Amino acid sequence: MHDMSEHAVHHHAPPTGFIRKYIFSLDHKVIGEQYYMLALVAVYIGLVLSWIMRIHLAWPNVAIHGLQFLSQTGAPGGILTPEYYLQLMTMHGTIMVFFVLTTAPFAGFGNYFLPIQVGAEDMPFPHINMTSFWVTFVGFCVAMAAFFVPQGPPLSGWTAYAPLSALGSVAGPGQGTGQVLWAVSIGIFCIGQLLGSLNFISTTLDMRCQGMSLMRLPLSVWAWFITSCIGLTAFAVLMPACILLILDHVAGTSFFVPSNLVVNDQIQPHAGGSTLLWQHLFWFFGHPEVYIAIVPAMGVVSHVLVTNLRRPLLSHRVIIYAMVSIAFLSYMVYGHHMFVSGMNPFSSIAFSFPTLAITIPATIIVLIWIGSLYGSKLRINTASLFALGFISMFVSGGISGFFLAQPSLDIMLHATYFVVGHFHLVMAVAALFGIFSGTYFWFSKVTGRMMNETLGKIHFWFTFAGAYCIFMPFHYLGMAGNVRRYQAFVDDFMAPLMPVHKFITIAALITGAAQLVFLYNLIHSRFWGPKAPQNPWEGTSLEWSIPSPPPFDNFGGKLPVVYHDPYQYGIESSTGDYVMQDSPEKIDTVRDER
Amino acid sequence: MATTVHEPPKIKSDNVGEPRLSHNGGQRDLPPSFGSLRTVHDSSPASRTGVWVGLAAITMTFAAFTSAMIVRQGTSLDWLHFTLPPVLYFNTLVLLASSGALETARKRFAAFVAGRQSGRAVPLLWLWITLALGLIFVAGQYLAWRQLRAEGLYLATNPSSSFFYLFTALHALHVLGGLAGLMLAIWRLGQSVSTLRVSTLSTVSYYWHFMDVLWIYLLLLLWMRI
Repeated sequence: MHDMSEHAVHHHAPPTGFIRKYIFSLDHKVIGEQYYMLALVAVYIGLVLSWIMRIHLAWPNVAIHGLQFLSQTGAPGGILTPEYYLQLMTMHGTIMVFFVLTTAPFAGFGNYFLPIQVGAEDMPFPHINMTSFWVTFVGFCVAMAAFFVPQGPPLSGWTAYAPLSALGSVAGPGQGTGQVLWAVSIGIFCIGQLLGSLNFISTTLDMRCQGMSLMRLPLSVWAWFITSCIGLTAFAVLMPACILLILDHVAGTSFFVPSNLVVNDQIQPHAGGSTLLWQHLFWFFGHPEVYIAIVPAMGVVSHVLVTNLRRPLLSHRVIIYAMVSIAFLSYMVYGHHMFVSGMNPFSSIAFSFPTLAITIPATIIVLIWIGSLYGSKLRINTASLFALGFISMFVSGGISGFFLAQPSLDIMLHATYFVVGHFHLVMAVAALFGIFSGTYFWFSKVTGRMMNETLGKIHFWFTFAGAYCIFMPFHYLGMAGNVRRYQAFVDDFMAPLMPVHKFITIAALITGAAQLVFLYNLIHSRFWGPKAPQNPWEGTSLEWSIPSPPPFDNFGGKLPVVYHDPYQYGIESSTGDYVMQDSPEKIDTVRDER
Repeated sequence: MATTVHEPPKIKSDNVGEPRLSHNGGQRDLPPSFGSLRTVHDSSPASRTGVWVGLAAITMTFAAFTSAMIVRQGTSLDWLHFTLPPVLYFNTLVLLASSGALETARKRFAAFVAGRQSGRAVPLLWLWITLALGLIFVAGQYLAWRQLRAEGLYLATNPSSSFFYLFTALHALHVLGGLAGLMLAIWRLGQSVSTLRVSTLSTVSYYWHFMDVLWIYLLLLLWMRI
């Protein structure tokens, strides 16, 4: 009781021991960094997996030395078996979608910067926040454990379609223990993200400082807030799906396995299940998940772009409304992943229209960015280059979405590399560009040191050109009828496409190697980079009003008061062409959101 | 370009002066250091938002299970109808009674905090009653499972029994979470100087009442479908 008055000032006292400070920390900043580090480890694992797959696709008979140590049966002599190719593909997708694209832009950056940008000293429920990270970490470990069980990870893809995923080891290597580990891992991951979303929503609604009206929140905060609303509903549906899948495996229930299914000459003991039920539950999560990855990147890119444009975006509100519409529509389009599932053609149409409609808010956002860029004197730095790269990838990947949104075309393209090219560009690479942009932008705030801009630009150009070299030919392959999820194309009608595959593989190896430049830059700058000023980019939002790195309670024992819109650039003030949100200076502004 | 002169935001009169040091929902209504609970107010929007957000996620989870059940039932003709164990109706009454007890506890606690009631014993007693009723509910659910097992209905016997066990077990799991919250409240109230906040008890009771509503929904669903 005696120490209550201290508690009333700070949520929790600054930790002193190493474990409370860096491991089981309650500080949202440390938790954000932990999420980012987890994503960093995961992304390089995912990258290596994609390298292995690409090398195998281009040169199916070439041994990859050392691979046999990962799995003696899966890669005897270093050459992938067809099954092991699919197992690696599953893990690549799972790691990238869950532990990178969800973890870094949403949980990582969001945890670090959302409380600072709303003017709070921490999230309202720090213990839940800490639990959210450690639960996610356990989920990651369980997923990784699948590599080390006798038959290895599952081969059913990151979508884990039933009945393949629900049958057990009779369905193939990894479909027993590996698949159960997968489902447990994703179920745990869902809990972590639900806890995270709870904190994000409460922070945004309840922890804003004085003067921080909703319309004064930076676009990045809006993006994280909207994403957490999507996450709250999407992960709450994936978790039940995983529970049902686990029960089909371990308890002998028949949720997803139909009657009289014969696999490997054995009639399966299940009866009456619905294979499509899994697809419905999965994609009800799965499509919003796309926006869980991309909306935070949109927020980060808007935030970075407007800072470097040195003038406000054409409209702050319209971007917010468009992001909200995207979130809303994201639940009405999931059926477009199931056009080839045999669904009623009328249902296909019903899912096709909202799919085309969701491109409207996305297009509005892109047009606002481009319109704001028009005639501006953009400051070129690595962060703004990656922001531009994001727009480029998002548009390029989005355009192929128009084709896939139409059931009649999707039936032709669905099982081909066209889809692989589409979602890699629009979701994966675009979101990664958002992550890179945010990293180069906020690195100085987090570490107190600047990243090397030259290395950053080298990284950007290799990644930008490389991503196009890898994923544009995918579209061509798809239109040429190259099916996806095959492990080799040497002795069939796809053999003439092999030179394209070789080109893609070489591009993937070079682009992947360029990510080592990023890693070097990250580590080297962390320890030996030049000291960063408090506000190197002359930004206006609250994170630039505090020292780098920020003190334990963000604002040094007091809370800021906000007087301005988030992006007051292109004006005349005592500081230059901008005014900070917490500056009480009266200025002539273009407009202020109220 | 310059069209309007910016005015600082209007600040409500009670906020004028130094910025508040803590808007941090969960902590704002902590008892002051001199230890009188009488001045504590229920003003914790973060915990209120938090519990509603959590309940939204739980609702979504059970909605997903419900849709799975409806789809699964419609998929094939193997659905086995069976009579629900009668003990469930008794359990329902117990759970409703526990909510009543918790409301009484909340009112008595509010009276204690407001200074209208001197002792902590009365709200504490009602919290214990709530906890006991909650435990009886969980035990009753366990009895229901035993009855089904005696009838030869196991988890994997039929999709109807699968869903029955699934719904009741997940609900019971959530009730256990509520019981943990109740125990926390009892522990805090029972300390030599009470550290229980009004908002904590409110959060626990929102959650607990939601378990009632959820259970009645589940009972109706199971009664109609199984």
